[in-house]
This record gives sequence, structure tokens and C-alpha cells, in this order.
Amino acid sequence: MSLPPGTLFLLASALLFAIGAHGLVTCRHLLRKVLALNVATTGVFLLLVTLGRSGTAVDPVPHAMVLTGIVVALSTTAVALGLIVRLERRRP
Amino acid sequence: MSLPSTAMLVVILVTLPLAAATLLFASGRQPRTLTLAAALLLTFAALALGFNVHLEGVSVHRIGGWAAPLGIHWQVTPSGTVMLLVTALVGLAGAVYGAGYFLHRPGPEGRMARVFMPLWLFAWGGLNALFVAADLFNLYVALEVMTLASVALVALSARRMALQAAMRYLLAGLFGSMIYLLGVALLYGQYGVLDFDALAAMLDVEDAGSRAGAVALTVGLLAKAAIFPLHFWLPGAHGRAEPPVSALLSGLVVAAAFYLLLRLWFGPLAGMLTFGAGTLLGVLGAGALLWGGVLALLQRRLKMLVAYSTVSQFGFAMLVFPLAISGNREPVLAGGTLLLANHALAKAALFLAAGTLVRASGSERIGQLVGFSGRARWAWLAVILASAALIGLPPTLGFSAKWLLLQTAVSQGAWWWLGIMLAGTLLTFAYLGRLLELALLDPAPGPSPPPVLTPALLVPALLLALLACASGVWAFDFELDGETFVRLEPGS
Repeated sequence: MSLPPGTLFLLASALLFAIGAHGLVTCRHLLRKVLALNVATTGVFLLLVTLGRSGTAVDPVPHAMVLTGIVVALSTTAVALGLIVRLERRRP
Repeated sequence: MSLPSTAMLVVILVTLPLAAATLLFASGRQPRTLTLAAALLLTFAALALGFNVHLEGVSVHRIGGWAAPLGIHWQVTPSGTVMLLVTALVGLAGAVYGAGYFLHRPGPEGRMARVFMPLWLFAWGGLNALFVAADLFNLYVALEVMTLASVALVALSARRMALQAAMRYLLAGLFGSMIYLLGVALLYGQYGVLDFDALAAMLDVEDAGSRAGAVALTVGLLAKAAIFPLHFWLPGAHGRAEPPVSALLSGLVVAAAFYLLLRLWFGPLAGMLTFGAGTLLGVLGAGALLWGGVLALLQRRLKMLVAYSTVSQFGFAMLVFPLAISGNREPVLAGGTLLLANHALAKAALFLAAGTLVRASGSERIGQLVGFSGRARWAWLAVILASAALIGLPPTLGFSAKWLLLQTAVSQGAWWWLGIMLAGTLLTFAYLGRLLELALLDPAPGPSPPPVLTPALLVPALLLALLACASGVWAFDFELDGETFVRLEPGS
């Protein structure tokens, strides 16, 4: 049985998203929550790139979006980590 | 003298705050005159844009001259212009108040002034970009700029409670934008477009994938707009932040996320606003309205009361969706936009005045606030005027907004929604009335000697509150002429 092209990627992205969403809800440590969020976001990026791959031609727009998304994710992670450090320093 | 062109003004409104913020961060000093000059310039640009849109109507600006789908469009719509104007007014008031509030504070608190203005300018740039953006992905980027700057603003207050609130806000915000991006991916995978107009023309309202995409976009924005039951982060973040920050976040940042919901559901997703979807959004709104209102009634701290009031007021705004299921959507959208503008002006005034009163009283507890005496009386006057606007007494802007929505509800025979609107108005009246009664009939003596209240701590709140009250006359029977994204039937 042959799967339609991209099925593997779609499954992987759904799995990543599920792992991340699960971690975000269940983990108590803030660092783990931030990591979980990153995993889930990667799932969304993978979905975006997979859906943009129609047939033989490759659509460049999702790639540009994911590139911007990675920069955004990097910045948000930096802010989150900075905040966690400040919180730890003020632990009573 | 002729005004600068709309395109030029939009470019100024989006790039000037970002450039100024970067410069201020790099300089590392406290050039208060420079920051206030930037805020003034932005306000003038927004006013000029308002005149232009009033004279010339809607305009579309293609960045770099590239056409869609490759290029990026900015749309200057009447409702977006209202939001840009309100942002400028609240932004200027917040900047003046912030300059006065953080002045002469010792130690680490004094250092806050240095980062408050650059961060606020970043958020301002994000807001302006958001109000003119006309495609899904640009909105994502603008949302992220706005959220990151807002989280940093909450974290300005170095207390541990505020930092925890900022962290919760950041996680909720990032969760919201991730779900939003999921929606963008689903819709792009289906249609290969991001542009609002193109999407509106192509959207197949029966398609399951498109529906999932619409749900994801909406849930993401509901988390950012703190709509019940995703409101859990808001009271802490807004109640614990420094007063000028609370005013900007409660008045503008939450409103921006809600404005996007309006734009999407009255624009590209208009065909999906069926009885089920509209009713569900309305029920969420009713839940927020009652839950936020009752909790506001129970609060003992002044700023927490005002923060819960925000949850309740945005619940009220959600009632535009069930009213737009059938019939003419134009007055509903106009009412929703006015509601946001009224809330922005009044709530910012309320938070700024609350900050002044807390400083004058030396305590956040409502039972220990100073009364209607000395200079604090001007802050109380702002609270009273802002309360009138939030409740919606004529002739305030709140009255004009609610009048448009009430008329629609009556003409549709939507008695349930009408009842919820009246209940919300009564709740608003109850918690603001309780505040005024407790504080004015049973005032505390306050610390001695009384802290100095400079005009910067009193005038901005008073002017914003006056504006919310006075602009109701001008906005009565407000219409959104030529609002391009209002489509009753997609593709027609």
C-alpha cells in the first residue's frame, strides 16, 4: 500500500504538535513549558511547509513564512528565558 | 497647506515608532524630550490620516509597488483609522503620564523610565501595523511584536507577582499565536493565498479544512483578547503591572486582538458567521461579561477591579457576533468599533487615574483610598467621567456604541441578547458605583505629608475621560462609509 505523498510529514507534524501541546499543559517547570511550546510550533512549521508542496512545483511562500516564523520563535524564546532567569533570581 | 498623502502617513505610523524605539534603546539614556516628540509626531500623523480618510475614503497601499499575491497590501479602512486614532491619543496620554510617573523614583524603579518609552513605542508600532495589515501572515508578525513588547512592559515592575503574571501572559500569548499560525497554515494549504480580499473571494464555507482553519484563527485570537474561558492571564498581568502599562495594555493591546476578530469575522470569514458560530461566540461573551462583572464586584484592590472590568467589557463586545448573524452587518460593525474606542479611552483613563489615587493613598485597597479632596479630586473626576462612559450614559461614546447595538437587537427581536446587554450594563454600574460609594462616602485620611501629584499624573487621565464622554455626540449614528471588508455575501 502506498501512502499519498506528504502523509508521513503530516503525521509527523501532528505528532509534534500533540507532544508540544501535551507538554505545555502537563509540565510544571517553566523551562519545560517553553520547550514544549517550541516543539508544538515546529509541528506547525512542518505543516506549513508540507501543505505548500503541491505536486511537483514547490511554493516558496510557505518557506518564507516559516523562515519568519523561526525568527519570531527565536525572539519569543529569548524573552521567555530572560523572564525565567529574572523569576529565579527573585525566588523568596 | 495640503496634508501629506495617506500612504506617506501610514509608512510614518508603522516605521517611526519602531525606528525611534530602537534608537532609544541604543542610546541608553533618558531623552524624555525625544520620546515625547516621537509620541506627538505619531499623534499628528494619526490625526492627519483621520482627516485624509474622512475626505478621500478608503485606500490601499502596495508596499514597494508589488501587487498581491506576491506583494503585501496595507488597507486603511474607516474602522482601522478609528483604532489608529484612539491608539495615538491613548499612546500620547500614556507617554506623558509615564514620564511623570517614573520621574524621581529611587533605585531600580527609576531605571524603569529608561525602558518604558522604547518598549511602549515597540508596542505602538506593532499596533499600528496590525490596524493597517490586510493579510493573515502580516497580522501574525504584528501580533508577535505587540505581544513581546507588552510582556516586557508587564515585567517592568520588578515585583515577583508581576513577573509571574508576565510569564503567564507570555505563555498564553505564545499559545494563542501558535494556534493562530496553525489556522494560517490550514487556510494557506487550502487556497494558497493570505490576502484578505483574495481569501474572501475564494473561501468555501462548507469545507471542513477551511472551517478548522477558521476555528484555529479564532481560538488563537480569543486567547490574546482574553475572552472567557481564556481570560485567566489578564487580571494578574493588568492588575500587577505599573499603572501606565496597565492603561496601554487594557485599553489598546487587548482591543487590537479583538479588533482582528472583528476584521476576520466581518471580512474573509463573513460567510461562516452562521447561527451556530455566532451564538457560540455570543455565549462565550455572555460568560465573560457575567464572570468578569461579578469578580470585579468582589475585588478589594482598585487595579484588580479595573482589570476584571476589562474581562467583562470584552465579553460585552463579543455580543456583536450573534447580532451579525442575519440582517445588516454595517451598524453592528460600527457599534463594535465604537465600543472598542470607548473602552480604550475610558479604561486607559481609569487605570491612569487609579495609579494616581494609589500613589496619593499609599495603598491599593479600595477601603483605604483618599477621598474627593486636594489634587486627588481631579483623579476622582476622571474616574467618574470614565465610569459614565463605560456604563454608557448619554451622551458618551459608550452610549453611541451601545445604542447602535441595542437598535439592532430590538429590530431583530433578539431579546435574549438584549437582556444580557442590559445585565452587563447593570453589572458595570454596580461595580463602578460600589467603588465610588466606598471611596467617596468613607474616605481614608491618606499618608502625611501627602505625596506630590504633578499635573502629568492628573491631566492625561482627565483629558482621555473627557474625550470618551464628549466624542459620543460626534459619533452618534456613526457609519463606516466604504468599509471594504464588510461583505454580506463573500464573492459578491
